[in-house]
Order: sequence, then C-alpha cells, then structure tokens
Amino acid sequence: MKKLNHWCANSMAKCLAQALWAILLACVTGASLAKEALPASNDPALEARMLAISSELRCLVCQNQTIADSHAELAVDLRAQVREMLQAGKTDQEITEYMTARYGDFVLYRPPFKTLTAVLWVGPGAMVLIGLGALFAVLRRRSRMPAEQFEPEEPEGPTGTP
Amino acid sequence: MRYLKFLLPMGIFLVLVLFLGAGLRLDPKEVPSPLIGKAAPAFTLAQLDDPTHTISRDDLLGKVWMLNVWASWCVACREEHPLLVEFAKTKLLPIYGLNYKDQRAAGQKWLSDFGNPYNASLTDLDGRVGIDYGVYGVPETFIVDRQGVVRFKQIGPITQEVIREKIEPLVRKLNG
Repeated sequence: MKKLNHWCANSMAKCLAQALWAILLACVTGASLAKEALPASNDPALEARMLAISSELRCLVCQNQTIADSHAELAVDLRAQVREMLQAGKTDQEITEYMTARYGDFVLYRPPFKTLTAVLWVGPGAMVLIGLGALFAVLRRRSRMPAEQFEPEEPEGPTGTP
Repeated sequence: MRYLKFLLPMGIFLVLVLFLGAGLRLDPKEVPSPLIGKAAPAFTLAQLDDPTHTISRDDLLGKVWMLNVWASWCVACREEHPLLVEFAKTKLLPIYGLNYKDQRAAGQKWLSDFGNPYNASLTDLDGRVGIDYGVYGVPETFIVDRQGVVRFKQIGPITQEVIREKIEPLVRKLNG
C-alpha cells in the first residue's frame, strides 16, 4: 500500500494515467517480443496466408486450439512447415492434403463431408427440423381441438401442487 | 398410443445415454492415424551414436521392425523405457529409436543412464521426420512390415497389455 501511495502521490487522475501507460507499454513490448520469437518471413501477404491456413488446422497437442493460436512446439514447427510450403509455391489445398495425410481429418477444423461425417454435418439441422416439425404438429392439433376438451383453468392451490 | 407418450421420450433419452456413455469411453487423445496401411514415410537419418552413419527406411525393407519415437526431455518416455528395455530382450523384432527434437549429447546420456533397447537410434533434430510420421505425442510407437507398410501405431507409452495383446500377435502374424 505504501508503494502505491508513493506511485500515486499526486492525484488519482494522474495515477490512473500512469497505470494506463504502464499497461500499454507492457502490451506493446509483450507483442513485439512475441513477434520476435517467430522466424517470420518478411512478406506480409505470405504471413497472412500462412495464418489463414493454420487457423483452419487443429493443434493435436492441445486439441482445442488452432495451429495459428497455439504456442506448443509442434504448432510452431507446423507453422514453419506451412510457411515453407507457401514459399515453395504450394497451393492451400496441397498444404491441407499434406497435413491430413499425416494427422488425419482430425486436424481440420472443418472436416470434409463423407459418409463417416454425415451425421456430424446433417445431425444438428435434422434435429432442429424434427423438433420444429413436432412442435408444429402438436400446436396444429391443439388449435383444432374444441375448447371443451381442455381442462378448465383452476386457481392454484395453497400448497402449489398442480 | 397412451404409452407412446411416455415411451418415446424414454427411448430418446436412452439413445442419448448410449451416445454419451460411448463418448465417455473414447479417448480424444487417440487420433486414428491415417498412416496405417500406407507406406512408411521415407527418411535418411544419422545415427545417434555415430553421426557419420545414416540409416534410411529402405535399409529396413524385408524385415518387420519397430519405430519408437523418444526424447530425453519426454517424461512419459522415461515411464515407458524400462518396459521397452525388457521387451528388447525377447528379440521379437528389431527396434529402432527416433530421437525426436533432442540434443545428441542428452540423448546419448539418457541411453547410457537408463539402458539402450534400440538396435540403433536415429536423430531427428528438427522434427521433420516426426511431422512426416504424424508424431504429436511422444512417445509413439509404429510397427512396419516387410514391405515397408505401417501396420500399427501407439500414441503415448506402450504398456504390458499393448505388448501382449497387440504387438506380439501382430509381429507373429507379420513374420508368418
């Protein structure tokens, strides 16, 4: 607390400004440090393509991160691999095929549509359709029922039992 | 018809339970390798104990062999290692090590400290061959047949059960 008092000796506003500067500085230096760690190429267009491709690939070490996001050593290696293949003039598709040949469809965040993955792709949509269909059918049947088939509304009992 | 109202949600619930139950038993870390049934990726790598000597995949054609990916920095490898040393004594098949992204001196020291089950260890310093074999969780173990086709892959340490139930029967079958 003493330290803080010393830091914020003048006024609250000035203290806040100082803190903000400190945070900003930390962010900027942190970001530049992170960039230095990558053997990035000088070509920004190539870097952008590399990031676009690697953000579609799953990092198998950490599973719920893309290769673009992950700091795992394998992800760093694979980013370097993607970069190198781009420099060699490979197409995006060739790179994706290279990765799936080694790590399987699991590396793709967008798995291809085939018989094995059909349920995955169609399942959720089909479930929604079935649900909506059932809801529609029930509502329609009820709207056609004469009023006397419904139980008259009862005031709630004191214990709240239905 | 009256029962259907109760049986239908019950049925749907049971199906869900089955799916979730099956999901619990699956290990998401075990990704099926696309390499099984395909030719083992080619490599030519220097030996760990003698960098002037290289071994390539084609040198190993004609025999059933095991590739065990290991590194001195890998904790799970240490856990697996005694078993591998024991298994090597049975001389069921030649075992080649892939010293993955390791330092030569550290790898050599590791083998002299804990025993060397390998016919030879190959150094994959930059992890290139590792990528070709789809390695992502060291240790990994492959079995390659006489034609150079990958027949088996284990991700993570091999265990007594894996050796008894999978590796031994497979090697016997392949050696026919």
